[in-house]
Amino acid sequence: MTTVDGRHRLDREAERIAYKPPEARHDKQGDMSTDERVEHAMHHFVKNFNTQTASYLDGCVHCGMCADACHYHVRTDDPRYTPIWKIELFKRAYKREVGPFAFFYRLFGFKKKITIDQLEEWQHLLYDSCTVCGRCSLVCPMGIDIAGMVSMARHGMFKAGLIPHELHETAKRAAETGSPLGITPEKFEERLEWMADEHEVDIPLNIEKADVLAVMSSIEIQKYPESMAATAKILNAAGESWTFRSDGFEATNFGMLSGNTDWQKEASMKLINTAIKIGAKKLVLPECGHAYMAMRWMGANMYGKPLPFKVQHISEYIADALNEGRLKVKKVDKSVTFHDPCQVSRRGGATQAPRDILKHLGVDFREMPNGGDYNWCCGGGGGVVTIKRADELRHRVFKLKMDQVEATEAEELLSSCANCRQSFDDSQQHFGWDYTMGSLMEMVADNIEEQRS
Amino acid sequence: MDLLEFARGPALQTAAYILVAGTIWRIVGIVMLKEKADYSEPRGRGGFFAALKVIWTRAFTAEPFKKATMYPKMMAYVMHIGLFATIFLFTPHIVFFEGWMGFDWPGLPNSVIFFIGVATVISGVALLVRRMTSPVLKMISNFDDYFSWFVTMLPLITGLLIPVRVLFQYEDLLAIHILSVALLLIWLPFGKLGHAFLVFITRGTTGMVFERRGART
Repeated sequence: MTTVDGRHRLDREAERIAYKPPEARHDKQGDMSTDERVEHAMHHFVKNFNTQTASYLDGCVHCGMCADACHYHVRTDDPRYTPIWKIELFKRAYKREVGPFAFFYRLFGFKKKITIDQLEEWQHLLYDSCTVCGRCSLVCPMGIDIAGMVSMARHGMFKAGLIPHELHETAKRAAETGSPLGITPEKFEERLEWMADEHEVDIPLNIEKADVLAVMSSIEIQKYPESMAATAKILNAAGESWTFRSDGFEATNFGMLSGNTDWQKEASMKLINTAIKIGAKKLVLPECGHAYMAMRWMGANMYGKPLPFKVQHISEYIADALNEGRLKVKKVDKSVTFHDPCQVSRRGGATQAPRDILKHLGVDFREMPNGGDYNWCCGGGGGVVTIKRADELRHRVFKLKMDQVEATEAEELLSSCANCRQSFDDSQQHFGWDYTMGSLMEMVADNIEEQRS
Repeated sequence: MDLLEFARGPALQTAAYILVAGTIWRIVGIVMLKEKADYSEPRGRGGFFAALKVIWTRAFTAEPFKKATMYPKMMAYVMHIGLFATIFLFTPHIVFFEGWMGFDWPGLPNSVIFFIGVATVISGVALLVRRMTSPVLKMISNFDDYFSWFVTMLPLITGLLIPVRVLFQYEDLLAIHILSVALLLIWLPFGKLGHAFLVFITRGTTGMVFERRGART
């Protein structure tokens, strides 16, 4: 999959890659008046204030260390990309409207009312230049989870109709058709059939009762269809009673990324209801970072009570199956480095699973410098990869990732997130980079050791 | 009532009441907000011990960030440790606390405290210079940052001037020092200095949420 060609060294400081800030473009949705937009933003900012956010917003000491952890600031030196500055309006809304001393802030005018111009300016900071990767949350000496608050601030921005068009359209399409890429159940079925033929693998679909419900992301269905075959090969080899379902197959959650909680809940409930309907004991999520966050850590909260089934990322499922001996793999004689998807590893806690898998594969595993939970983000998370106007900035920050990968001199580069993979593919094309991102799950599927019955 | 009596008596007492009332008000204001239940299946152990863990561990910088944050971190360590030592390990202060609480503890020699006090002021100045020159800090700083710096430095500087006895007599210098402490106590619960108690809530919350996920804290 990956070849490193040392003959073509990259000149990354050349003019063509030099960064210039994108032209200001403030997108608006709906036909609200300016005042209504501000009011909606404030109202929905305030709705998110609870003990956790309040302590975070009250606790910042303005040390600025989060800037040193943020790829956008590190690569541009633009102080606006300081993570805590990205939630400045959210913070201001808290202090002015809700905080313990809000009365005095309003009375003496210490915190001015937020204006439409500011909200428009912050659209770039809350969407184009934050992947919600959470690296800043690890450096904060006060332990403030800044990334979590960017997600919450997005709720207000969405309600005010102030989010980037591309992300809005993608999220809207997901809400209307069930898939951000417009994949209908029929198209899903067609592509499954194609993959089943192509790879000569049984792919159970719409089984009425099964222990495991497997789901996919549209990115995989559309762009990396082999993922569907790989999932099937693995679950079949593990002897699982499982199925895909055309009434609940989409794992991505653009409602969450865009800041629309209603759409987020709708997407989550579709999967939850399907899993309950078929009596699943486990919902296996695909190689997708934000899908993991949406279902593993937020799904039950959307449901309003504990889920009656377990939720696992496919890498966790594979690691368990290998560790328990239900799945066996052949040794792979290659050096491999692994890109941790932020939402699965750093923020999701499933960092060990891919390392267990790579150990079973017997590869020469090369951890990236400051890898694992401290990994640099691919730059495409948090919906950023969908925002066209953010491309230049995204490519700019990708240099950090390239340096991290190249330092390992590994033959193969793998990850377990189709969104990261998409972001890597795009940047690879942009830079003419030698490394091609591969899928960890596909490497497992390609090296399954047939068990004698 | 002369200035020193006023400073030692009503000024300090009032400041202490404001400190306590303001702190309670701020903490209650935060804690009373609604908190959503988390129904996700935990991977790790959250709860009280997770909070304690992160309250302790976040005092140290993770390896990947050490290089970039070395300078402000070192200065902040000097400042915080220096403030602790000058407040709680200076013998006259211990005598004051003993009169209030009824027990004492060993202090450091005055000359050592003087040296620590000077180092603390230097670190404070270094941090102020950084705040006023770094593009990031210039952008995110507000009145609270500068005023909090001022009220923190004032007791230190006035305290250091007492043995030097410049400009004023001992009693006046002592009175000014105590009044500056009163100002610090009054401001502490309202501005960023509230991090003295908020740090337990912010780090603790993150500990509970992310340890529960089994994620990096």
